[in-house]
Amino acid sequence: MSEPKIRLRGLAKSFGPKLVLDGVDLDIRAGHSMVILGGSGSGKSVTLKCILGLIAPDAGTIEIDGRDVATLSRADRRALNDRIGMLFQNGALFDSLPVWENVCFKLLAQKRIARGAARDRAAEVLAQVGLAASVGDLYPSELSGGMQKRVGLARAIAAEPDIIFFDEPTTGLDPIMGAVIDGLIVDCVRRLGATAVSITHDMASARRIGDDAAMIHKGRIVWTGAAASLGQTGNAMVDQFARGEREGPIEMELRK
Amino acid sequence: MRTPRRLDRVLDLTAALGRGVIAMLRGIGGVALFAAEALSHVVRPPFHGRLFLRAFVEIAWFSLPVVALTAVFTGMVLALQSYTGFARFNAEGAVANVVVLSITRELGPVLAGLMVAGRIGAAFAAEIGTMRVTDQIDALHTLSTDPVKYLVTPRILAGTLALPLLVVVADILGVMGGWLIGTQQLGFASGAYLKATFDFLQPWDVISGLIKAAAFGFIVTLMGCWCGYTSGGGAQGVGRATTAAVVASSILILAVDYVLTALMFSR
Ligand SMILES: Nc1ncnc2c1ncn2[C@@H]1O[C@H](COP(=O)(O)OP(=O)(O)O)[C@@H](O)[C@H]1O
Ligand SMILES: [Mg+2]
Repeated sequence: MSEPKIRLRGLAKSFGPKLVLDGVDLDIRAGHSMVILGGSGSGKSVTLKCILGLIAPDAGTIEIDGRDVATLSRADRRALNDRIGMLFQNGALFDSLPVWENVCFKLLAQKRIARGAARDRAAEVLAQVGLAASVGDLYPSELSGGMQKRVGLARAIAAEPDIIFFDEPTTGLDPIMGAVIDGLIVDCVRRLGATAVSITHDMASARRIGDDAAMIHKGRIVWTGAAASLGQTGNAMVDQFARGEREGPIEMELRK
Repeated sequence: MRTPRRLDRVLDLTAALGRGVIAMLRGIGGVALFAAEALSHVVRPPFHGRLFLRAFVEIAWFSLPVVALTAVFTGMVLALQSYTGFARFNAEGAVANVVVLSITRELGPVLAGLMVAGRIGAAFAAEIGTMRVTDQIDALHTLSTDPVKYLVTPRILAGTLALPLLVVVADILGVMGGWLIGTQQLGFASGAYLKATFDFLQPWDVISGLIKAAAFGFIVTLMGCWCGYTSGGGAQGVGRATTAAVVASSILILAVDYVLTALMFSR
């Protein structure tokens, strides 16, 4: 089997006394789509932020394309991030900028297109996520939740990254819009030939966008397998999570 | 039994004090590093000229009404106060000098600085703080953009350059306020009042005030950006950051004003 695109080993992170990641081991295959499942607050977003270099882990290694990212120089780290796209959990669109500038932000920052050409380029990318070119002149606060997700998706793919992260792309959307966004994600990832990592706690969504799946619980990966097998994995924890049952090995920590 | 317990209490107190001091030193160190990083981007391309202009207009142009009103009233009050006060030892003639020196050396820069702290320091802290808690600053990282270079450097540069400009206006309007009261109410002849104003005024009086203004502009924008950049804890955190920015920059303005005055005027 070829070398994984992203390899996590023993990733640990605490915030003050609170242990969030407790030795995460995970391999993400190049050109495949991995979904990470887990309850709220289980450290899924923190894992992604560690891979992106936004949070420094307390321990453990992150390798991308076989290189330990901790050893990268600032310039190399920046060059690596240039090839990664990210859809944030709450969109994180820049509300002081119109949609077209949001979408082309990375291309403009990298000086890959001129400002004059950015509007047309934004219209192309917006079309790929099913939005009209006229949306480009609106501001993020003027958009519905579903449209904001699409714009966030457009911004993540505009610079044609080869790794894309999606943090809960369908949370807060109605089921039909969720399915539409899932479809867009699958299309975009396939067109770019990218490696994708998605966070979700929606089983239908996980089966639609994932090739592989992993489940995180109490700061560790407790299961990995094929996304298609979710629901009948034979792993009591994953099956409980997939079916949304109250009784099982996972006990909700209601306090602390 | 008794002595150890008392010792314990003393040690507890010392530890608490030590923690406080360490936290303060860490804060000062953090701000200093942040300022150094922001300044290093002034000479490292790419430059965000558009953002600098936007910040400059926001600070200089939109603070103009507030600063102008403050300056006019301060000049008027100064004239009245010094006239009635100095009448006690027959020194009413010094009104024009007192007004112009107080305004250019001291009150112009300090009051403009405090006004801008309230307007701009708070606005920057709220804007950048909101970007922090909604992951927009993290998003900048993933979009090939250094957040300090993009958000902080243009604002600090704009503040440092805009405040002297505002203070030039404040100086002129402050003197005008004094002249207005002097000629309309206190019975000075217009020509004599202006002559008294400019006869004793030296370039250094104005220049020292402009140097102070630049320092205050730097402080206000730096603290606004820092408090926003390090804010956390949702909407409440942003509220705290905004308050902290205004309080910290106001106190720093007054403290730095003393230091600069001592440096520039004590011989
Ligand atoms: N910057 C931070 N500072 C302190 N605690 C944090 C920070 N980021 C995340 N956490 C905590 O880490 C835990 C996991 O967060 P997160 O990864 O966002 O959860 P999720 O799996 O729902 O995405 C949460 O309890 C959260 O409070
Ligand atoms: Mg999350």
